[in-house]
Amino acid sequence: MIVDLKRFLAEERKYWTELESVLNRIERNAEYRMELPEVLKFHELYERASADLAKIETFAGEPEIRRFLEGLVARAYSEIHETREKRNKLNLWRWFVVTFPQTFRRRIKPFWLSVAVTIAGCVFGGVAIRIDPDAKPILMPFPGLKEDPSERVRKEETAKNDRLVGHKGTFAADLMTHNTKVAIMTMALGVTWGAGTTISLFYNGVILGAVGADYVHAGQTVFLLGWLLPHGAVEIPSILLGGQAGFLLASALIGWGSRKTRGARLREISSDLVTIIFGAGILLVWAGIVESFLSQYHQPVIPYALKIAFGATELAALTIFLSRSGATAAKKEAE
Amino acid sequence: MRRARTNTLPLRTPEGIVFALPLAGPVSRLLAWSVDVACIGAASEVLGKLLNSIGMINRELAQATYILAYFVISIGYGIAFEWFSRGQTLGKRVLGLRVMDEQALRLEFSQVAVRNLLRVVDALPVLYMVGGIACLVSRRSQRLGDLAANTIVVRNPEISQPDLEQLLGGKFNSLLEHRHLAARIRQRTSPRAAAVALEALLRRDQFEPLARLQLFEDLAAHFRSLVEFPPEVAEQLSDEQYVRNVVEILYRSADALTKR
Repeated sequence: MIVDLKRFLAEERKYWTELESVLNRIERNAEYRMELPEVLKFHELYERASADLAKIETFAGEPEIRRFLEGLVARAYSEIHETREKRNKLNLWRWFVVTFPQTFRRRIKPFWLSVAVTIAGCVFGGVAIRIDPDAKPILMPFPGLKEDPSERVRKEETAKNDRLVGHKGTFAADLMTHNTKVAIMTMALGVTWGAGTTISLFYNGVILGAVGADYVHAGQTVFLLGWLLPHGAVEIPSILLGGQAGFLLASALIGWGSRKTRGARLREISSDLVTIIFGAGILLVWAGIVESFLSQYHQPVIPYALKIAFGATELAALTIFLSRSGATAAKKEAE
Repeated sequence: MRRARTNTLPLRTPEGIVFALPLAGPVSRLLAWSVDVACIGAASEVLGKLLNSIGMINRELAQATYILAYFVISIGYGIAFEWFSRGQTLGKRVLGLRVMDEQALRLEFSQVAVRNLLRVVDALPVLYMVGGIACLVSRRSQRLGDLAANTIVVRNPEISQPDLEQLLGGKFNSLLEHRHLAARIRQRTSPRAAAVALEALLRRDQFEPLARLQLFEDLAAHFRSLVEFPPEVAEQLSDEQYVRNVVEILYRSADALTKR
């Protein structure tokens, strides 16, 4: 049967326009809630557009109109058949102090895996540099780390000028962006079934272990703690959070012990993935500021004891935050 | 068994409506991405100029702000546009593309964020090589970010009605002399063949002369095989005129044809 295209368009187009305007309204405003009569009207328009699409499929209709109708029906379909809860407007503070730590705890297993891989890297790096000190330029390919630790400590403690003066802001910005990129990359590499995340974390661990072993062996443990702890107490856990997100992604892709489809598994974790990596990003802003404005200053400018105490306090606060924050809210929600 | 690659996303609604959304290929996506890169570059340039004026007061603050702002723009551009513009960055809008959920459900913020954050892997080692290869080999033209976020990129055509008045121009249609045969050709012509014939007429001036002759010869032969008009009618017409007359029969309303 062939459609009378013009008549069909003249009769039906007003309903398509109405459906399109309803869809625009819904999609523009995430907060928009329809009243019952609006819902009924929306459903009626959707069914009408679906019927029109069915008709035009059997007619020698113009293909552009069919595609338009398909697009319209697809948009309406996505609103009508969506069963996931429509989220309320994001409250950033609540998201950070409640949702983020709750998500971290709910997905704790990949975090422990992330810790284990990093520790393995640390052990490897530490042992490797003790067995073969000549491998230092390969294990720690950074100019500041290549020299003898004792020599560096002597230079830092006797420095007369502030080498970061006029550059602290840009240094902090560079650190924030670089570390966030590392965390994102560690997370994103989860898409390689976790192999990339493992390599990234292990490599970070190797550098950390090699630096630690090098300074401890040179008798500069206090300097090491005073230098690394203030920013490392937040920076290292943030990279571990990136690893947690990466392994979470990998576990959804692999799907061990799950009967769900890959799509369903990924759908389940995507919100948690974003929460964890965005949370890590915020923590890294703080770590960048501390590294630029505090970590680079040593005794006698800032006593090591003070820096170590500051770093230890940060680590304790972060541990309490991630393990406790949002617990009361979760209990209330459960009740 | 590995499922074959497709250029459409078939959907079946619970109402029993079956249709397919056209998937965007790697080339159109690459072009959209090029537009987006240009937009990010332009935004950074404007930002740099603005911060230059702050630099006169505090150079360090201006530089630090630029580093952070560039990072936020390059990471946040895709997320912000795709979230607030229903799956369309500026590049996708120009190329008529749209990001959609793989099951055609509502696009969630987390999906938009995941597909954009995973660009760091898709962009490896240079010029989106990993993403491009993934796009070429995946069944639904998905890069790794799309696979992880359960998203697809579809072509998003705008509605446009064919200008039948301009096309057919009220010329005499000898095939209409035989109304029962005209009705039969309306009944026997498939939607696809009708659409091809209409498209051929709309674009007739864009073809090379030889290609135009060949195309209309093939189309006329197809329509002649469906219904046989008397030789005195059919043989007087050129292939292109024959197709033009058939298209008028197919697309004009029955009332309009009777009046003529």
